[in-house]
Amino acid sequence: MAKKEVDDRFKKFGTVSFTGISKTNDFVQYLEQGKVMGTKCKGCGLVFFPPRADCYQCLSSDMEWFEISGTGTLLTYSKLQYGPVGFEGDLPYCIAVLDYGDYKVFGRIAGELADDEITVGMEMKTVMNQLPNGQLNYVFRKP
Amino acid sequence: MGRVAIIGVGQSAFVRGYPGSIRELAFEGFKECMADAQISVKDIDASIICSAPEYDKQRSPAGVFAEYLGLTPQPTFYVESLCSSSSTGVKLAYSLIKSGLHDVVTVIGFQKMSEISSAESQERMGRGADIQWESPFGTMMPAYYAMYARAHMEKYGTTLEDLALIRVKASTYGQINEKAVYRKPVALEMFSDPQSPMSGPVASPLRVGDCCANADGSSCIILASEEKAKALSKKPVWIMGVGAASSPVNMAGRDLFTGLAVGEEAGKQAFEMAGVTPKQIDVAEVHDCFTIAEMMAYENLGFAKPGEGKDLIKSKETYKEGSIPVNVDGGLLSKGHPIGATGGSQIRTIVLQLRGEAGEMQVKDPEIGLVHNIGGVGLYGNVTILGRS
Repeated sequence: MAKKEVDDRFKKFGTVSFTGISKTNDFVQYLEQGKVMGTKCKGCGLVFFPPRADCYQCLSSDMEWFEISGTGTLLTYSKLQYGPVGFEGDLPYCIAVLDYGDYKVFGRIAGELADDEITVGMEMKTVMNQLPNGQLNYVFRKP
Repeated sequence: MGRVAIIGVGQSAFVRGYPGSIRELAFEGFKECMADAQISVKDIDASIICSAPEYDKQRSPAGVFAEYLGLTPQPTFYVESLCSSSSTGVKLAYSLIKSGLHDVVTVIGFQKMSEISSAESQERMGRGADIQWESPFGTMMPAYYAMYARAHMEKYGTTLEDLALIRVKASTYGQINEKAVYRKPVALEMFSDPQSPMSGPVASPLRVGDCCANADGSSCIILASEEKAKALSKKPVWIMGVGAASSPVNMAGRDLFTGLAVGEEAGKQAFEMAGVTPKQIDVAEVHDCFTIAEMMAYENLGFAKPGEGKDLIKSKETYKEGSIPVNVDGGLLSKGHPIGATGGSQIRTIVLQLRGEAGEMQVKDPEIGLVHNIGGVGLYGNVTILGRS
């Protein structure tokens, strides 16, 4: 009997991924196409980022993907001088939260932005980012 | 239904590199607690063992501890809610007694953080957040709390100096707490002195001095029904209110970045149950894993209005002689933060205060005390209100 193929695309998300298999594996496929996607519940219309396979509001598992587009407002951020095991090569880097109104996005600020270019309240966009080790994530850039 | 009392408290010294195994570490807090309660192991009906997972190799530590402490064949189980594990244990013990199922329950919290390296420890802590969507970005506890600090500073004009004042206060009491891991004084100037380790950047805007120290330690609390407490104890301290709450784990799911919603919600529940207001609290222990965490706790618990926490510390109102003494045992910042032991240690401090047994750290004649213990980055929150009568 042929070995069942395991869909572990999620392993490719982030400098170090701690999740191999998820029903939201298509997120990584979209990232490869340069798109950062969230999910919307077809049952009740609730919008999710990060994307989810299941809706807690109406308990539906019927989701459609939508693209994170336009800009969000930078709510807060922090620049790390130390990182956990496996992230030493990325240091220093900024983690941050953007507010898009209907949803928020947690991620990293693009490395090329200087400290004095980052201010709380500024508008930023979310874009796919290829990491030096071949992994994928997304970062926030100036629009 | 009768009340529930705390009839015994104990903790090990909080240290770096405890020279023994986890069961031996647990024994230290247990021994002090048993001596304090002056009861025998046969009086204890059940034990609850609390820690954050993955710091040591032992799976299911409850059975191992129950054997080592002579608490078999009584029931035992393990509970975790990260840094708030042992206050969660106390809430469960309260529930077990209140339900009438058990009369005397012991809650043992422990953590031997030195089993792993500091970087590995940060990685474990980071994985207390959302491992699918956040950890792949390289998250750490200081950076999460730093985002709260940034938002608080932006909205309310809180300064790094205001935050540093909280660390200075902690060190005032850490120096006189023989259980504390950090016993040295910390002066405000150290935060602006590039030669001082306190000023070193960790995760902007937080610096080394804004962060608590890892430590090894254990704590132990014994709770009893009103009937048993009156029969067994000369100095019971009564649980007046308990509150607990949770928040979305992913920062993207949060609405508030200038305070911890769990602290606010758990506090509201505890105040309501106890029938008291923040003004009636005579002494408090709050979860100061970072200086900003104590600042937010002032506001979330109603000791100050949102944005006015800085005025409390600047006017020294949270010092021992102030209107609302907070963390006058050195807090997590100076006492150290052995994750699973912390909640029990905070409760021990308040019980000693209410009994008038806090020695040099004693606040004048307190009647009602409060314990605020947070798990993760405001993921879990427990607030416990204790009273002398």
